[in-house]
Amino acid sequence: MLGRLSDVYKHDFIEYAAGYSMLIGAIFLIGYLTYKKKWKWLWKEYITSLDPKKIGMMYLVVAMLSLVKGLVDALMMRAQQVLSVGESHGYLASDHFQQLFTAHGTTMIFFVGMGIIFALMNLIVPLQIGARDVAFPFLNAVSFYLYAVGAGLVVLSLVVGEFSGTGWVCYPPLSGLAYNPGVGVDYWIWSVQIAGIGSLLSGLNFFVTIVKMRCPGMTLMKMPIFIWSVLGTLVLILFAFPILTATIGMLTLDRYLDMHFFTPDFGGNPMMYINLIWAWGHPEVYILVLPAFGVFSEIVAVFSQKRLFGYVSMVWALAAITFLSFIVWLHHFFTMGASANANAFFGIMTMLIAVPTGVKLFNWLFTMHRGRVLFTTPMLWFLGFVFIFVIGGMTGVLMSAAPADYQVHNSLFLIAHFHSTIIGAVVFAFFCGLTYWFPKIFGYKLNERLGRYAFWCWMIGFLLAFMPLYFLGLMGATRRLDHYDATTGWQPLFIVAAAGVILISIGFFFQVLQVIVSYRQRKENLDTTGDPWNGRTLEWSIPSPPPEYNFAVIPHVHDIDAFWSMKHERTKHKPPSEVIWEDILMPKNTPLAALIGGFSFLMGFCLIWHIMWLAGLSLAGVIICMVIRLAEKNTEHLISAKEVQRST
Amino acid sequence: MTAVHEKHLEETYSKTVFGFWSYLMTDCILFGTLFATYLVLHNNTFGGPNAKELFSMPFALTETLILLTSSFTCTLSKLAAYRGDKNKVIAWFAVTFLLGLAFIAMEFNEFSHLVHEGNSWRRSGFLTAFFTLVATHGLHISTGLLWMIILMIPVCRHGLTPVSLKRLTCLRMFWHFLDIVWIFIFTIVYLMGAL
Repeated sequence: MLGRLSDVYKHDFIEYAAGYSMLIGAIFLIGYLTYKKKWKWLWKEYITSLDPKKIGMMYLVVAMLSLVKGLVDALMMRAQQVLSVGESHGYLASDHFQQLFTAHGTTMIFFVGMGIIFALMNLIVPLQIGARDVAFPFLNAVSFYLYAVGAGLVVLSLVVGEFSGTGWVCYPPLSGLAYNPGVGVDYWIWSVQIAGIGSLLSGLNFFVTIVKMRCPGMTLMKMPIFIWSVLGTLVLILFAFPILTATIGMLTLDRYLDMHFFTPDFGGNPMMYINLIWAWGHPEVYILVLPAFGVFSEIVAVFSQKRLFGYVSMVWALAAITFLSFIVWLHHFFTMGASANANAFFGIMTMLIAVPTGVKLFNWLFTMHRGRVLFTTPMLWFLGFVFIFVIGGMTGVLMSAAPADYQVHNSLFLIAHFHSTIIGAVVFAFFCGLTYWFPKIFGYKLNERLGRYAFWCWMIGFLLAFMPLYFLGLMGATRRLDHYDATTGWQPLFIVAAAGVILISIGFFFQVLQVIVSYRQRKENLDTTGDPWNGRTLEWSIPSPPPEYNFAVIPHVHDIDAFWSMKHERTKHKPPSEVIWEDILMPKNTPLAALIGGFSFLMGFCLIWHIMWLAGLSLAGVIICMVIRLAEKNTEHLISAKEVQRST
Repeated sequence: MTAVHEKHLEETYSKTVFGFWSYLMTDCILFGTLFATYLVLHNNTFGGPNAKELFSMPFALTETLILLTSSFTCTLSKLAAYRGDKNKVIAWFAVTFLLGLAFIAMEFNEFSHLVHEGNSWRRSGFLTAFFTLVATHGLHISTGLLWMIILMIPVCRHGLTPVSLKRLTCLRMFWHFLDIVWIFIFTIVYLMGAL
């Protein structure tokens, strides 16, 4: 009846601590919401809302909670590596350590990385293209809940059962039934599968939004560069995520129906999994990094108070990266033993990516050149990114030469490389973009001083945490190492790396403090103009925070920097007599998206624990919810022209 | 209906059809992955039977003809929809539904036959890939059948409203897409297997 759940599971101290702290957190949150009588507000304003601005905020919350979890994982791993040398074996059992690095990677890529890019898309894309909504508002909410379900399943694995210990891409045959019969791999499978389907649906939604819903006059070559970067990401999502869905599907069939896709016997082929997962996995890296490039392109122009240098070359560079990212996947496993020619082809393609990326970097620097640069916090994040990303890019090119890669494959050198690119670009871009767009989303600016503290902690912390890893990697330290010999002499470098992670955590603490302090001082930092940074794109032409319908009057655009040219041609405010107000249709709230999320969560959980009857019922629940939604009439409410006019 | 509603309806139609096209392209990549897997694994019979020994060409050809005919009747429903002929739309979809059901029944029959002879997906990498590829297509067809039932209820009740016309367009695109996928399955799995 209860499948594998009826087995008894033992927990060690750390799992108890994690479980209880989550329980206490949940009780505290529920108590607070009840005390403040906020349940109705939460239900009406967020849970049932189909407004992309609200959904974007929910993405932000889940992504930030996941970031905390991923950061704790990292701290625990580094602590183990500092302690576990020679005679001492540290404080973690090796199977627990394996779960930690798997959970860290899975959380950071799927729930932090993907979470923050979808948060930014939801919050910014409709505003920048002059649209009132996304193409499919209901689907958007469903995508969010599927993403949240995935994150929730990973957290649940802390308390009920265990997480996968196979590394974040779950290579077979280790992840096959023969070597991993427990629930850990199944937790990985269903959390990533469900969140992945959410990402795919979200990708479709925003693709249609950008293609179909741009305001009049915004031709493709007049789109803000952030929109171009998002479009590149969306194309990658549409091409790459189906591969992930199919690949995880096959792994699932191997595990649930005794199939032989990736088993070493019965004619299966484990290397095929590795090819397929990286045919998704490499584009995934660019899915994360392209929007980051877009964010930097926006802010470097705004804070240099100058038009972006080389817009057309930026667009072509984005297109080139989008294309090239699909023909480099084999560089993740040069050591597999493909022919020398295959390795050479993928190596050269990998090196080629450095060209368009270099074009972008120079364009940003030329944008700053002779501009009146304002060194605000977003600009600091940008400069930090330039420094770290160049190091990450250089080491990437180094490893794209197959013979060199043989030396550093699976070493800490590789770990340092991809953290340089992902933290340097994606995470820094997110903090940069969040500081920049915060006044637009919430209506008040963030505290600058605390932002600077946070930046410097992150920057120095990053260098401390990852520069030693380059050296450790060259000295032969492999990744996922939970114990090493004292004679290696690695311990001092591991201690420096751990100190770096602590400094990064302090940086994150400053950011939490920054949000709290800024909220308390919001009266002083209110953004009353809607344009606190002297912005260039459409989102700054509307009040902060924007009304539900974003634009009372849909703008007409005839320049790349649409709002900038409006300001300079003084066409921003038409005299009221000339404005034609119109009725606006906006989607009504619905609890069905959250309900689909709830059923999916139950389904995922039941599949993990082999409670098949309940999994079937939950799937039926999902289908029934969709049918109800299809049958619904009047899913929009009308905001009359008079109301719109009154509120502006 | 006011002007704003009409405009909204028009925009939704264009967004939905374009969005559905994009979805079909992602589904195409999903099938592409399964085809690639099949091509990698189709010689890994692990001492078991290969495609030539297992598949019957006349059977697969019958399946193909049934599915192609269903695509044709599906298109006839489109012509009926253009004329606003509700009953014809329902009739042609009923024919399409029955043909689809016949196809699924044949596929089910083939599968159970294979399993009974001890050639299930557990037998070898080749059979694993075969069952997954063909059953994924079959699952899509079954979804299409379920979708037809769900869509025909409001058409019977309220006639050809703009909303149901939009959904019928998507359903037809889905059905034709599955037809094209089947052509590839027929070619790569059955025809090339028989060679």
